[in-house]
Amino acid sequence: MADTGNSAAIAEAFADGPAYVPYLVVGDPDYESSKAYVEALDRGGADVIELGLPFSEPIAEGSTIQEALVRSLDAGMTPDRFFAFAAELDVEAPLVCMTYYNLIYQYGDSEARSASNASGEAASTGPRPFVERAAAAGIEGLVVPDLPAEEADPLREACDEFGLDLVFIVAPTTRADRLDRLMDRVSGYVYVQARLGTTGARDDVSDQTTESLDRLREYDVPKAVGFGISTGDHAERIVAGGADGIIVGSALVDTVAEGVAEDLSTDEVADRLEALSRELKDGAVRGHRSRTDTVESA
Amino acid sequence: MSETDTRTTEETERARRPGRERGRDDGKFGRYGGQYVPEALMPAIEELTDAYERYVLDNEDGFMDEFRERLAEFGGRPTPLQRADRLSERYDTEVFLKREDLLHGGAHKLNNALGQVLLAKYMGKERIIAETGAGQHGTATAMAAAHLDMPCTIYMGERDINRQRPNVFRMKLNGSEVKPVTTGRGTLKEAISETMRDWAATVEDTHYVIGSIVGPHPFPVMVRDFQAVISEEARGQVVEKTGGLPTDVVACAGGGSNTMGAFADFVDDESVALHAVEAGGSTLEVDEEAGVAPNSASLYAGEEGVLHGARTKLLQDSDGQIMESHSVSSGLDYAGVGPELAYLVDEGRVRPVAVDDDAALEGFHRLSSTEGIIPALETAHAFGFLEDHHEELGERVVVNVSGRGDKDLDAAIEETDQRDVANAPDMSMFTGGI
Repeated sequence: MADTGNSAAIAEAFADGPAYVPYLVVGDPDYESSKAYVEALDRGGADVIELGLPFSEPIAEGSTIQEALVRSLDAGMTPDRFFAFAAELDVEAPLVCMTYYNLIYQYGDSEARSASNASGEAASTGPRPFVERAAAAGIEGLVVPDLPAEEADPLREACDEFGLDLVFIVAPTTRADRLDRLMDRVSGYVYVQARLGTTGARDDVSDQTTESLDRLREYDVPKAVGFGISTGDHAERIVAGGADGIIVGSALVDTVAEGVAEDLSTDEVADRLEALSRELKDGAVRGHRSRTDTVESA
Repeated sequence: MSETDTRTTEETERARRPGRERGRDDGKFGRYGGQYVPEALMPAIEELTDAYERYVLDNEDGFMDEFRERLAEFGGRPTPLQRADRLSERYDTEVFLKREDLLHGGAHKLNNALGQVLLAKYMGKERIIAETGAGQHGTATAMAAAHLDMPCTIYMGERDINRQRPNVFRMKLNGSEVKPVTTGRGTLKEAISETMRDWAATVEDTHYVIGSIVGPHPFPVMVRDFQAVISEEARGQVVEKTGGLPTDVVACAGGGSNTMGAFADFVDDESVALHAVEAGGSTLEVDEEAGVAPNSASLYAGEEGVLHGARTKLLQDSDGQIMESHSVSSGLDYAGVGPELAYLVDEGRVRPVAVDDDAALEGFHRLSSTEGIIPALETAHAFGFLEDHHEELGERVVVNVSGRGDKDLDAAIEETDQRDVANAPDMSMFTGGI
């Protein structure tokens, strides 16, 4: 893989300038508001949009996103409603679905599954039905935080069959031999985890980010840094430090949570999301410009 | 050759018993097991796998010798295998009790907790974290951490904290910090998720002492190996007492650590039937709409899926969302089960049986009043099974008494009061706030 991913739109999003990759939980706090929020991200300059499909046991998420996942599940989100949502969205940016493996693994005809159980065959049809349905809904990539490269081959095959990218997360603790294994299987972009821990907005930009980017330099795939980015200044520093894109989740999910807490109108929250998106995107662009300037002056 | 060297060789041999080879190489039990964890945890899991192979399997630096010695002196091993005279008479079969309730702390949990905290020390870790459901694993970990002088944080669901207050005090008395988990319904599965989150942030200096044979490789094999001392002793004891193997081994099953511990060295003895008794809760019917399974019978009623780092049998809805499980005993209240047990059930080697809350309570009272042993409500399920299924069993039955019931007295009085339990004493004067 590496240089050419499956999705042309995702490749293009990283082709000129830094990519701003926002994340929101679909259905948070309800289906219709959530649609307005995702469309606001698009207006605010999103280059790729990550859509969270909630799982009941999100072990990689911090409290901000976990609470959003609970709000969405409580409001009745399911994989099928998620796909309907994705298909109805009016956005320019390519869509990436972020979810946990059990939902991907279980998706499909539950009657066929119980029949196969009775016959003693494999209980699951595997990841293929989910990926096929995702492709039909206009999803162009997947991020699965609890699926390590070692277990990913069936999903990788299904993604190749239906033209989706499969994004892997690289952590500050990922060792060189594992890095090769991940890089053999990644496509679209690599999600560089800026620091250890679960998701959540933080003020600092970790040294771990710079180290991770240095280690990834030799791999020819776009590097998007996530975990803890919440302001335009953060975005600027991270892109100036060599990132090809920034992934922002918790800061945006926080904005949705504020809307719930303060009982704000959907329009008000959407406006805030759009404004924050512009700030983050502008920061990323500034960071990229400073990098280009440095190169030119050198 | 020095005495230590001889012992080292013996320990290595013992750790490599043929019955315990499953899953050691690649963490797979047929199609179950694996390592479904966030990338940030993978290096820690690889480091742990390496430490497991060196210290547990190869007894490097005499790890297993020290573990055995501490289990004996701090834990009080070996635990007895006791003939239960009244139950033997009642069921017209020889019933033997493996008395893990007599292990320090009052449950089998110390076998694993002591092993893992000691391993963390050998690995140079500086901090212990653990999840707990009923509080048995939490108290065992807190005891082991105090014993080995390691700082310790225990995550426990808020609802479980309310059900198990004495255990919360015990953990605090041993110097552990207890962090309430308020997400979801506040039981074991939320506590596991929360502990994994802590680990993802602190993995460099922290070891996560998982409490059962669940989670990513190497936890299922490692916890089994630490708990296998139960069947290792029981097998020798029953042969010594009776001159032969048992016909049946019975153990309750939540996540499955006492189960697999009681089964491990009998798995290769094909004549020995293995019965895993799960919590049937109030009913085996599930409420798909509400996402609730009013039982914890994942072996008996669950379907294959991926939870907390492993592919196993789960209570889940048709979308793959994990159901809220239920049991009168919080230690069995878990929507998943160890991947090795899922495999052994599919292979037909282990028979899964569900025993409901009512039968478990009756078992609780029967063992208390006839044998003078108050069992944990988890353990009581095994005695509910004995009552209902004794006619299907052979002439020599070993039941693992996984824990004592002191921690459950409040819950037992309350639950008994809500029912008409045939063999229960009248405790109404103690309920409803006099």
